[in-house]
Formats: sequence, structure tokens, C-alpha cells
Amino acid sequence: MSILEDAKQAVKGAAQAALQSAVQMAPDSWMPGGRPDPLIRERHGYTGRPVSRVDGAVKVRGVAPYAAEFPLDRMTYAALVFSTVAKGRIATLDTAAAEAAPGVVLVMTHRNAPRMQPMPLFMTSEKACGGNDLPIMQDDRIYWNGEPVALVLAETQAQADHAASLIRVAYVAEASVTDFGEAKAHGTEPGQFMGQPLRYDSGDAEAALAAAPHRVDARYTTPRHSHNAIELHAVTVAWQGETLRVHDASQMVAHMAWSLGHVFGLAEDQVHVTSPFVGGGFGGKGLWQHQVLAAAAAKLAGRPVRLMLSREGVYRIVGGRTVTEQRVAIGAQADGGFDALVHTGTVAMSHHNVLPEPFILPTRSAYASKTMKLDVEVAYLDMVANTFMRAPGEAVGTFALESAIDELAVAMDMDPIELRMRNEPDTDPTTGAPFSSREVEKAYRDGAARFGWAQRGTPGSRREGEWLIGTGVATATYPYYRMPGGAARITLTRHGHVTVDIAAHDMGMGTATAQSQVIADRLGVSMEQVTFRYGDSSLPGTVMAGGSQQTAAIGAAVVAAHRALVTELLKLAGNDSPLAGLDGDAVGGRDGGLARLDDPARHESYASILARAQRDTVVVEASAPMPLETMHWSMHSHGAMFCEVRVNAVTGEVRVSRFLGSFDCGRILNPKTAASQFRGGIIMGLGLALMEETQYDERSGRIMNPSLAEYHVPVHMDVPAIEVMWTDVPDPHTPMGARGVGEIGITGVGAAVANAVFNATGKRIRDLPITLDKLL
Amino acid sequence: MPLTVNGATVPLPDDPRVSLLDLLRDTLHLSGTKIGCNQGACGACTVLVDGERIVSCLALAVQYDGRAVTTIEGIADGETLHPLQAAFIEHDGFQCGYCTPGQICSAIGMAAELGRGMPSHVTGDLAATVVLDADELRERMSGNLCRCGAHNGIVAAILDVYGPAKVDQEVAA
Repeated sequence: MSILEDAKQAVKGAAQAALQSAVQMAPDSWMPGGRPDPLIRERHGYTGRPVSRVDGAVKVRGVAPYAAEFPLDRMTYAALVFSTVAKGRIATLDTAAAEAAPGVVLVMTHRNAPRMQPMPLFMTSEKACGGNDLPIMQDDRIYWNGEPVALVLAETQAQADHAASLIRVAYVAEASVTDFGEAKAHGTEPGQFMGQPLRYDSGDAEAALAAAPHRVDARYTTPRHSHNAIELHAVTVAWQGETLRVHDASQMVAHMAWSLGHVFGLAEDQVHVTSPFVGGGFGGKGLWQHQVLAAAAAKLAGRPVRLMLSREGVYRIVGGRTVTEQRVAIGAQADGGFDALVHTGTVAMSHHNVLPEPFILPTRSAYASKTMKLDVEVAYLDMVANTFMRAPGEAVGTFALESAIDELAVAMDMDPIELRMRNEPDTDPTTGAPFSSREVEKAYRDGAARFGWAQRGTPGSRREGEWLIGTGVATATYPYYRMPGGAARITLTRHGHVTVDIAAHDMGMGTATAQSQVIADRLGVSMEQVTFRYGDSSLPGTVMAGGSQQTAAIGAAVVAAHRALVTELLKLAGNDSPLAGLDGDAVGGRDGGLARLDDPARHESYASILARAQRDTVVVEASAPMPLETMHWSMHSHGAMFCEVRVNAVTGEVRVSRFLGSFDCGRILNPKTAASQFRGGIIMGLGLALMEETQYDERSGRIMNPSLAEYHVPVHMDVPAIEVMWTDVPDPHTPMGARGVGEIGITGVGAAVANAVFNATGKRIRDLPITLDKLL
Repeated sequence: MPLTVNGATVPLPDDPRVSLLDLLRDTLHLSGTKIGCNQGACGACTVLVDGERIVSCLALAVQYDGRAVTTIEGIADGETLHPLQAAFIEHDGFQCGYCTPGQICSAIGMAAELGRGMPSHVTGDLAATVVLDADELRERMSGNLCRCGAHNGIVAAILDVYGPAKVDQEVAA
């Protein structure tokens, strides 16, 4: 990143800090969420019921269309060639044989690619979402091992794949840094996240640590991870005059339209991105070079292009989670109270992305400590840009933090849950803000009772034949986020049908289902009368499916649009209505119309209001307020993760035999789809704990296992029945009383497994994944 | 005997390199059969050939002359979902839905294997009748990856339809 960018980030960070202290001092009533969402009190509607997915039937029939499944006339199929050096120049590039191959329509390289701007780097402006900001086939320079150097279009995929194999490239390699140790030796820089420094100091933590009567101090390491959504990254593009039509697999359609527009010099409304179904995202389905290359090739060829990356291609050009080295040190008094909490370390990053895996995020708000020191340093590698992957920061940060807590509990001969409860903070430990809602103790209490935590033995004390059995526990935590940009349009017909339009996403989280439930309750209509339209950049709002924030972002946008609808309806209702004279805040949706909240007898149906006003429809659109609530309160979800493992004493094989997640995520909108989100996170966490690692050659920066055969993810046989439960205590300051549930499930799992492995074997593994060789 | 897909006769491709998967998706536009790795590692492209499950990405289309292919689009009985499709919805055996067609086709093929008495790696007594408990099911379905983590729901859905109480009559039918 340039010095100018650093300076801009610093200014932004300082302004944000000033705003934060002003917002913290403002009265609650000025805040979004200062007045609880009336829907929190609704207990007899759809909200909270285990409704099956609204898109279930099309998915099980195989007729839901994903990005590569839009047949277009005169379609061409793309294949890519990737660089095999980390840095340097293309010396020779022979495309003659490919151009002469049967069915080939176009071979695109830096020699003939159209002139394009680099992708605007993610988070550098409101709608910027590029995974890197490098030139794309603009010259002969190579920036990472795996960068696309040629694209072939052909009449069929088989012809394109064959022609791509005929392209010969020679490189002049230049000195590159692909070894983490070497990168650290070159010096590190302090990490910044969302414009703010990750460094935090409160008191002299090192001195307090040295003086504490009890302490642990250890180093933990986590490898690279890949999202590995089963749907390969794919895009189908067509130029329609000066408009670019994009069928994408995207977590961010509005960002995509703006960012692609920036690349090609188009206004955002000249780029139409839709993404009705996404075959898994986990942070990986943003803007990477393949969408740009497909659009460029479609422009040159004058034909539609379908580009689906190979599995290897996904590893080559889509980044994943980066490597971390973390130190956690805790100093405690004899009663377990923390004197010092130190969480520092180094992550690898490329020069062309913005995410220094912020592993200290969970530590900011997890425990009270008299002193604290947090820091993330960045070492730079010439590798594919790393990026956001499910719970960036928390997923690997909780592994280190919650392992260290367990180590301290062992050292002090205390129950690890008791140790955690002794350090529960009263207010946010780093910002001082009050908690919006925090039921960590209840989550632990309920989870421990259900799991049978009290039956736990001392390390190495349980054995059945060859199998050593142990249990472990760890805290899960993830913040409530709501990003700016939420907006929604409501269309209400005379027949009481409600359509809500918002450029949001459903990648399987159950967004459309849960939001349809909420909308039905908010408007007082049946779910059959609700249509929730999403995944289209032409709809209102800029709503990313990331940061577990969609539930809140959509919720707040619909609250705003609903308020506008109520205002409009009251105006239309006029003086002849039972609602005459009522203020918008006093009424809500009920029984197919509006009613006074505290006197439902004062009611008029939508049909009646619209008929009297001689209207067939009412259409309103509104934007959500800025998310100031996240500065005013400390807003976080939590969970208590309980794990039982069986470790083979002979082979070191680890089997997870039981897992229970007890969550505090506010009100659960749909227990069926939320349970799937929790379990899904936990299962990805089991992968993180036991098997997942994107291996790369430190000599060349090349990923060595770009395949689902060699990058192991949990399969059916690895996944036991996973129990999930929740407090269901509504957060009074969020829409619907809910906090997002998409990412918290992966947090804490690594430590819960590692702590269980220690309880089973007496061996402390601080290096993920916990493969059997580490236990022999 | 020509190649049939869901009962309809389909011409074989001229290009012998075309996989059965690409024939289904690109030529026939039967895109319910998914592509997740194109190397037989994920199971998303599972289809049934004369009732047996195969990964269609590792099958050349021209090899299937005379065979009957059933894809996810051919599993339901018109408007009526196959019991397994309905069970997947009921038990939330998917999130994104991308591995789902492969899971469903694979489970149907697996039930038939069970009906033929085929043992698996976890079968204890090779002489006894195999009972589809959760471990047998997990072992036999481990070739179908799911990244959303819907494993519990998938297992519940399959047991609901093919579990011990039901497996005999279902497979015999």
C-alpha cells in the first residue's frame, strides 16, 4: 500500500476515533436501536419458527441456476494459463499453436487485452471490492506464482482447455520473497484493520506479566486456509451495447457493479450484476481477476463468455486466509483474576491487499485484565493476495487465546470455565462502552449442564482400549456488525402482497427465508404474501454478505422502509380511518393491515386503505441510518464450545466424538436455518483444528495442494452429531433483537479441540492443524 | 441402444474428450449436475447410470453409449418430489444447495448398493445383513463433500428415508 493510502487510512482512523468517543457519550435514545424494535415483543408470528427454506424445492430438484448455468446464444468457454514464477517478466509467450487449435475464438494475453484500470482494492472506498489492485494483463510483469498470463476462448470447454495447454511461456524470474522467515527478516509493519490500528496498550502489560504470581506465555501458529466453496468461482458475461451483463457468484453484487464499472470506465448502472444462487462463499466470492478477464475477453471476441475456474484455478487466483504466528501471555493472581493479557504476533500479507489477519479482535472484548497489550505485525510476501475467510481474525485468534486460557487453568489447577467467569468484564475492556447484551455465563452454564462437563477427568485419565478420551471447552465470540449502505424498497399491493427489494444475498445462510418471516410479521401478512427479491445490483442498497451483518443490515433497511410505508399509508388512510390521528410510531402491521400497537382494535386493512385512496400499489424506499449503535454499545455474540475427542494411543489419530455449541446471539429468527449456520461454522472449525492447510513451497510461493483431493475438508465420516443450543435472549439494540450467526460457529472450535486433545493425552499442540504426526 | 438421459435419447458428442458431465451441463443444459473439482474428489457431479452412482466428471460421454443416465432432474415424479428430496428440505440437509444434487443421487445409489448387500470399510460382520446405521451411512457418503457443513441434516434425511426400518421395502420397490 502506498504512503498516500497509509496517510488516508490514518486520517480516517483518527476521525473515526473522535466520532467514536462522541457517539459513546450521546444518549441511548439518539442511537439506532435506542428504541427497541417492536418485533422483539412479537411471539406469535413466524419469527422464531423453524420454517423450511423458501428455495428448498428448486435446490433439491437441481433447477436453481448458479453463475455458470445461464445458457446464452453464441456462448464461448474460457480457460486460463497461470504463471509459474512468483515475480519477474514474461520473456517469451508462444500462442500460435493455441490460436490454430480447433474451435478457438480468441487467445488473450497482455499483448491484446483491452486497457483496464486495476480493481479498486476492497474497503478503500464504499463499494470497492477488488481482491488485489494489480494490473490485469496490462504488461509483461508477474506479481505472484499463479497469476493469469493467458486466456483462451473456444466453442467448447474441451477445446478451450486443450488450446490453453498448447501455450508456451518462458519467464525471466526476479528475486522474490516467498519465505515467511525471510519476510520477517526484512522487517514488519503494524497492521491496520478498517482504517484503525490493531495495536492496543493499556498499562505496562509486560511488567505486570513478569510480576504476576501465575503466568503462561506461549507461541501458537496457524497455516493458510482456503475457502473451498464447492461451487467453483464462475461468471457468465455478455456485453449488451455499452452495458455489461454479469451473472456472477457473488457476496456483494452492488460492490461488484461499481468496481467492475471502475475497471472498464463505466458508470455503475452500466454494469448489471445478478447472483440469485451462490454455491458457498465464506468470504471468497468477491471480485477477483476472473470476472475482469471474462468481461475483457467478451469485449474482444464480441461474444458472451462463460468462465469457470478449475479447482486449481481457484487456488491460484483467489486468496484465502493467511498464515499467523501468535504469542499469548497471561499473568494472573491466585484467584484467577488477570493482571496482564498479551496477544501479539505476525501475519503474512501480499503488498496488494488490505487484510492483516486481525487475530487480536476477539481479545479486545473477551476478558477484563488490569493491563493489556495487543498487536498484529505484517510481513510481506510476493504471493497471491490473502483475503477474508469466515471470521477473519477470530477463527484463528480464538485458537491461540482460548488455548492459553486452558493452559493457565491447567497451571493453576482451576476449572477453565471458572477461570473465564472470574474474568468476565463489566464493560468493554478496550473501549469502555456498555454491552448491548452479554449472556456468556448463561451460555456456559446451560452448555456445561447439557454436555455433562462436570464428569470431566484429569488429563490422560480416560481410556477405552487404544483410545484416549478427553474433553475441552473454549469461548466463541464474534462482533455484531452493520455496515453503512443498507436500503430497501417495499411494494404493497391492494391485495396485501408485499415485495421487498434489496441488493442482498442468500448463499445458503437462509437469508430469504428468515427475512420473509420477519417481513411477514412486520407487515402483519402471511409468508405466502411476501416476496423477497435479492442478489441483483439494480435493487436498492449496498449490502455485503460478510461480517455476519446481513441480518442486521437488511433488518434495519426494512425497518426504515416500513416506517416510510406506515407514514404513507396513514396519509392515504385520512380522517375516515380508524387510524386517523395516530403517529407512525404508534402503529404496526397486523392482520393484513395497520393497527395501533397498544390497541389492536383500531385497525384498518391494507385493502381498505388502498381501495379508499383508489391505489393499486404503494411503493416506498428508504435507507437505514448510519450504524452508530456499534460505537455506542459494545455488541458481541458469544458461545461456549464443548468438545469430546478420542485419540488413538498407537496411531495418534484424532476423532471428534461429541461437540456442543451453546450460543448467545440475540434472538434466533429461524431455529432450523440458524442451527445449520452454527453447525456449518463448527464443522469448518473442525477442519481448521484437524486437517486444513493450504501448503505452499516457500522457495517459489506456489501453492502445492490446489485440489480437494489434497486439501482436506471434513467429510461425513469426520462429522459427529453436533448439538447446538442458544440463549435466545434478544439484544434490545438490534433489529429484531438478533445478531448475525454466520461466522461465530467457526470461532473457538480450534481451541476446544486442542484443549480436548490435551485432556485426552496430556499433549499440548500449539500448531494447527492437529495432525496425527504431532501426537506421536 | 442409444444413450438416454432421464428417459430421453441423447446423441453422443462428436468430440471424444467431452465428459459426461460437460455433455449434461453444456450441451443438454441439465445443470443440476454440478461441477466442484472435475477430478473425482468432491462428488458434486454424481449421477446414476443404470442405477449405479458414478462421478460424471471422470466419465467420457462416448463410453456411455447404450446406458441409461439419471440426473437430479429425473429424480422427482413430475411435481411430486422424491421422498429423499422432501427429506432433505425437512431436515435442512443443505445450505447453498450446490453439493445437494450429488448428495441425493449418491444416496439413492448407496441405498441400492446396500440392497445388494455390499459391505463398506466400517462393516463389522461381512456375512451378516448390512444395517444402515449412521456410521455406515457416513462412511458410504464420504465421497460427497459439503462445505456449508450440512452433514448432520444430510445424514438425518437419508436415515429418514433409507434407515433400518425402511431400507428393505424402499430398496426392494
